[in-house]
Amino acid sequence: MLELKHVWKSYRVGALGSKRLTAVRDVSIDIAPGEVLSVVGESGSGKTTIGKMVLQLTSVTKGQILLDGEDVTARGHAARKAYYRRVQGVFQDPFSSYNPIFKADRIFETVRESYFADVKRAEWTARVEDVLQGVRLDPGSVLGKYPHQLSGGQLQRMLIARALLLDIKVLVADEIISMLDASTRIDVLNLLGELKERGLGVLFITHDLSLANYISERVVIMRHGAVVESGTTGKVFTDPRHPYSRNLLASVPQLHRKWSDSEAVPEKLEADGDRDLDPAPLTEVDEGHWVAAHP
Amino acid sequence: MSAEVVLQTEPVGRRNEHLYFALRNPKVAIGLSLVLALLLLGLIGPLFLSDSPNEYVGPKSEAPSGEYWFGTTYFGQDVFTQFVHGLRSSYLVGTLGGGISFVIGLAVGFTAGYRGGLVDEVLNMITNVVLVLPALAVLIVISSYLEVRGVVTQAVIIGIFSWPWVARAVRAQTFTLANRDYVDLARLTGKRSGQIIVREIMPNMASYLLMSMILLFGGAILFAAMLDFIGLGPANAVSLGTMMQQSMAWSSLHLGLWWWFVPPGLAITLIVGALYITNVGLDEVFNPKLREM
Ligand SMILES: Nc1ncnc2c1ncn2[C@@H]1O[C@H](COP(=O)(O)OP(=O)(O)O)[C@@H](O)[C@H]1O
Ligand SMILES: [Mg+2]
Repeated sequence: MLELKHVWKSYRVGALGSKRLTAVRDVSIDIAPGEVLSVVGESGSGKTTIGKMVLQLTSVTKGQILLDGEDVTARGHAARKAYYRRVQGVFQDPFSSYNPIFKADRIFETVRESYFADVKRAEWTARVEDVLQGVRLDPGSVLGKYPHQLSGGQLQRMLIARALLLDIKVLVADEIISMLDASTRIDVLNLLGELKERGLGVLFITHDLSLANYISERVVIMRHGAVVESGTTGKVFTDPRHPYSRNLLASVPQLHRKWSDSEAVPEKLEADGDRDLDPAPLTEVDEGHWVAAHP
Repeated sequence: MSAEVVLQTEPVGRRNEHLYFALRNPKVAIGLSLVLALLLLGLIGPLFLSDSPNEYVGPKSEAPSGEYWFGTTYFGQDVFTQFVHGLRSSYLVGTLGGGISFVIGLAVGFTAGYRGGLVDEVLNMITNVVLVLPALAVLIVISSYLEVRGVVTQAVIIGIFSWPWVARAVRAQTFTLANRDYVDLARLTGKRSGQIIVREIMPNMASYLLMSMILLFGGAILFAAMLDFIGLGPANAVSLGTMMQQSMAWSSLHLGLWWWFVPPGLAITLIVGALYITNVGLDEVFNPKLREM
C-alpha cells in the first residue's frame, strides 16, 4: 500500500546551504494494510526524517514514495491536501502538537474547516464524540479544555482520534509514547494494535526494541540513515545477524537481571563517518530477513 | 468540590484575562488616556479652528490670553491653531510611518523565519544592510531631491527605514515557533503557509506585536520631529517639529516667547513618554511575573 523506493534525504546545512548532511540513505520499505511496521534505531539514525518524508513535511532528495502505486512526492497543494485524507501522523511531544493558546479540541475544528465544511454542526459533534470514544476518551472530560489541562496520554489519544476523523489508510506514529508515563503508554500502544485490526497500516517509529517486538510483525533497523537489518520481528529478534542489531538487543534492560550481572561486551562498529558513502548492500539471509554487509 | 471550581474558572480565555489586567494596570490606563486625549484634540480641534494655521491673524508676539489660548507667534500666527494641526500631522506620521514599517517588518520577518534557508539568508542580508545604513544621511539626500516634502512623503521615508529591528525579532521568534509540532499538524490539515503564519504563529506573539507597534508609532513621531527640527520637515504643513524649528529660527527663547515652543515640545515629550509608559504597563500585563504583588 505505502512504499518507499530507494529514498534518500540530504539536508542543506551551513551558510548559504554550502554543506550537505545525508540523513537517509537508500531506504526501501513497504507497509501493507493491517500491518504495523517498526522503524528502530538510535537517535540521529534518520527515523523522524523518514516519517516526515512520508508525511510530505520535508522533500525527498532522491527516490519515490508510492501510495497504492501512485507517486505522491513533489505535488501541488491540492494533491497534498487530498493525500492527508489518507495518510496522517502523530508526533513525539504531545504538548508541542497543540497550540498552547487555543483549546485542545481545536484540532478537530480545523479538520472540519479543511475537509468537512459542509457537515452540519450537530452531526460533526456526534462524529467527534464517536472517534473520542473509539480511543477510550470521555468526550465530556476532554472537550473545551486547554492543552495544559490535559495529560500527555489524553492529548496523544486526541491526536489519534483526529486522524481517524479523516478515514485514513496509513498512520505515521513517531515515538508517540516516549514522552508518556508508564501507566498510559501501554494503553496508547494497544490502541495502535486496534487500528491495525481495522486495516490501517502503521509506521511505528521508536528507539525501543521491546516496543517494536510488542506491537509489530516486521521491523526495520536503521543506523546512520541506512537500513542495517530488516525482517519479521521473530527472526530479527531471535537471530540478529548485524552487529549493530546484536548490540541493540543486548542493551535492552531485562527484568530479571541486574546491570552488574551483564557480561555482554558491545561489538565494535564503524564510527559515524559513513554518511557520505553508499550504504552497504543488503543480502537475504533467510526468507524475508535482510542484512547489510558488515566486516 | 475543587474539581468543579476548576471546571468553571479555568476555561476563561487568556485574551479576556489580558484585557482585564490591561485596563486595570495604572501605567496602561494613564499612558493610553494621555495618548488618546491628545489624539482627540488633534482630530476634532481643527474642525473648530482655521484651516490655514500659518495665517497672520492677530497681534505679533502676544502672550496667551482668552482670545489666543496659546498666544501668537512673532509674526502673529495663532499658536493654538498651529498646535492642534501639528498634533494631527504628528499622529499621521506616527500611524503611517509606524504602519509602513510594521507591515514591512512583519512581512520580511515572517517570510524569513518561516521559509528559512536561502530566502532567509537573502532577507537577512537586506535587513542588515538597511539596519546599518546611516538613515539620517540617506534621508537628507532623499529629502533634498524630492520636490514636494509633505507629511505623507516624510512618513513613507521613515517607514522604509525603521522596519529592520522588528523584522529581526519577528524572524527569530518565527524560527522557534515554526518548529513546533502544531505547525506541522496544521500542514497535515491541508493549511497553506499564509494561514499557518496568521492563525498558528502570529497569535503566539500577539503581545510582542502589539508592543512593537506602539514603539514604532512613537519612534516615527520622534524621528519626524527631529527631521522637522533640522529643516527637513513638510514644506506645506505645520507639525509639532516645524513649530519648534520656526520658534528657534526666530529666537523665541531670547525674546521670551515661551508659549511658542513649550506646547509643541511638551506634546512630543508627552506622546512619546505616554507610549513608553503604556508599553511598560503592557509588559507587566503579558509577563505576570512583573506584576506588582
Ligand atoms: N531540518 C534539519 N536540518 C538539518 N539536519 C537535520 C534536520 N533534521 C534532522 N537533521 C539531521 O538528520 C539526522 C537524522 O535526524 P532524525 O531523522 O531526526 O533522526 P532520529 O529521528 O532517528 O533521531 C540527524 O543527524 C539530524 O541532525
Ligand atoms: Mg526522532
